[in-house]
Amino acid sequence: MLAVQLAGLLGSAPAGVDEALDLVSGFDDALVHGFTRLDAERGAALGALAASLAASPLGAAAREAVEKITAGSVSEEHLAVLAGGRAALLGAVHDALLDGLDTALGRARGRWTQPAPPQREDLLGGCRAWLHELALTGWRGVDHDLVSSADRTIESLLAVPALRRPAVLLDGLAAELRASCPVATAERIPVRRWADLWSRALLLSQAGGRACAAEPAERVSGRLLVLGVDVHEHDTAVQAQVHAVLEPSGGGEHRLARVSVSVAKVDTIAGPAVWKLLADHPVLLRALAERRVLEISDMPLLAGGDLVWQDEAAAAGEPADPFTTARVLLAGALAPAVPPLERHPVRIAEPVLIEDYTVKEGSRLELGEHGLDLDLDRLPSCGPLTPELVAASSACIGLVRWDAGRWKAQPLAVRATVGRKPVEAHNGDWALGPTDPKVVKAQARSGDSVAVLRERAGRLLRK
Amino acid sequence: MIKAVNGLSTAGGVGLDVDETGWELRSAVRVVPPARPRKLAKVPFVELADGRLQGVVSSGSDISRVYVSSISAGEHGYNCRTNNNRPCGGLRGAPCKHLRALVDEAVLQYGPQRVARYLRVEVEEGGDLVGALDGAPESADAAVVFSRFLRHLSYLEVPGTTMPVPELHWFPSTGVAR
Repeated sequence: MLAVQLAGLLGSAPAGVDEALDLVSGFDDALVHGFTRLDAERGAALGALAASLAASPLGAAAREAVEKITAGSVSEEHLAVLAGGRAALLGAVHDALLDGLDTALGRARGRWTQPAPPQREDLLGGCRAWLHELALTGWRGVDHDLVSSADRTIESLLAVPALRRPAVLLDGLAAELRASCPVATAERIPVRRWADLWSRALLLSQAGGRACAAEPAERVSGRLLVLGVDVHEHDTAVQAQVHAVLEPSGGGEHRLARVSVSVAKVDTIAGPAVWKLLADHPVLLRALAERRVLEISDMPLLAGGDLVWQDEAAAAGEPADPFTTARVLLAGALAPAVPPLERHPVRIAEPVLIEDYTVKEGSRLELGEHGLDLDLDRLPSCGPLTPELVAASSACIGLVRWDAGRWKAQPLAVRATVGRKPVEAHNGDWALGPTDPKVVKAQARSGDSVAVLRERAGRLLRK
Repeated sequence: MIKAVNGLSTAGGVGLDVDETGWELRSAVRVVPPARPRKLAKVPFVELADGRLQGVVSSGSDISRVYVSSISAGEHGYNCRTNNNRPCGGLRGAPCKHLRALVDEAVLQYGPQRVARYLRVEVEEGGDLVGALDGAPESADAAVVFSRFLRHLSYLEVPGTTMPVPELHWFPSTGVAR
């Protein structure tokens, strides 16, 4: 990302974003207090949300839903329509922001032309019922019993691999609600966030599970050049998402692609130990730790740019420097279209190379006349990047993100100068185990959590 | 720097930017601070849930026996039983060693402030949390906590996936637990 590109991004705030987010806030506020306790003001806010959708296919259904809800009849179907309307507004915000970012970066992006995936058996009734109950009660009314009532549903979802998305999402939301119980006396509520999670969960759990169905895929072979790893984690799940440039064999355009490997875990397995849970993908982990190119053959690539990783169809090849990949290939690579349901500002995570900057106040990079905040909350505990290292950096591979009106850069890899020596660190450096002696020692002190819990599970679970 | 959000923000909650203006309008904030690493051999399971500090403590003598220990928030009623629901022999009008171990490990995992706030107990920094409790033995069903522990363990049996989970963008890994 060049100074002129950053200037272009910051100088082109798309119109209507604030207005759209205000409409979303009206809905989010109704969720705080519960849909059974709507006063005239909150009812009017829902009416405004429905009115904004009037010209869309959801228009008539949204108007009817608000009429029924304000009259006191809050059905699952009505809530689902409003959740869809909220998602449509945030989808439009996402599109406008991403378009601004693509324009600033000069990044070409594919178009979404895929048909809706086929329907599948419905296992999501319990999920919808719990979300319905939450909406009636409102966040302020959530107590231990209401949170615990989701346990069985979450267990049954986790047992079905195809329903991992709603399972992981519901589990994350339930854990936050549990930690905040009783919410009635909570000082602050993450209003936007919980409404986001609730709405997405409701959309994913619509009858038929259509929203969870896999997108269409093509088969690809070629070289996969890693840019960096983004790590996502809550108490009971971790996902390593690799951003890379795909160089198809036999020529063809370079494309941006992602590889996502995820696994269930427990809260006490954290930090570098999470890599052990991903040990089923040794080729991928080795390529990350040793910074090697990946040769892949005949692997499914989903229309949204996600490779469905098959470790046995991959081989780690020669060393490949991610900074070189970023410098040489990133600018010309085709970015994938975003699947319709995933369109939300939180999903914007565009890889960029930023060089020759200075870091001010430890958390803001200055490039030319403009500045961009560094997202130091997104440095994963399983990797070597620290706020100090980022503050000492002058080049990074990062993801451009957006939250609550602000663009930020999340570093995935940095080049820094520490004690006059050049240092380079990547999020995936410890994929085969930490290389920093201090971290190795700390890990040895706390023992092998994974092994201890597996032993306990083996002894106690199968009785 | 960090304000408590009713028992959910915590000591050591670096990166929990709840003080930042606009926090309510942000999508990607970490609401539950990550657990801190600790040795799991003695106390494999600790949680703050259902109005209790509760968990499972391995028996020192029998490898296939565990104790289920709990302390209620507010009242500080305590209980300790084996996984077969027999009362702990060490519980004679005062918290047994299993309950002490449970509290010690909870303090390591969550930080002393978060545990104290959850149990609603006043304790000075570095003070003895167990000593500050003023409850009496209460009868609680060990089976509920034990089944929560089994559920906890069962996460390690769930097969991983290589299909993307885009919803996890709402859950960034933060650098606190290292």
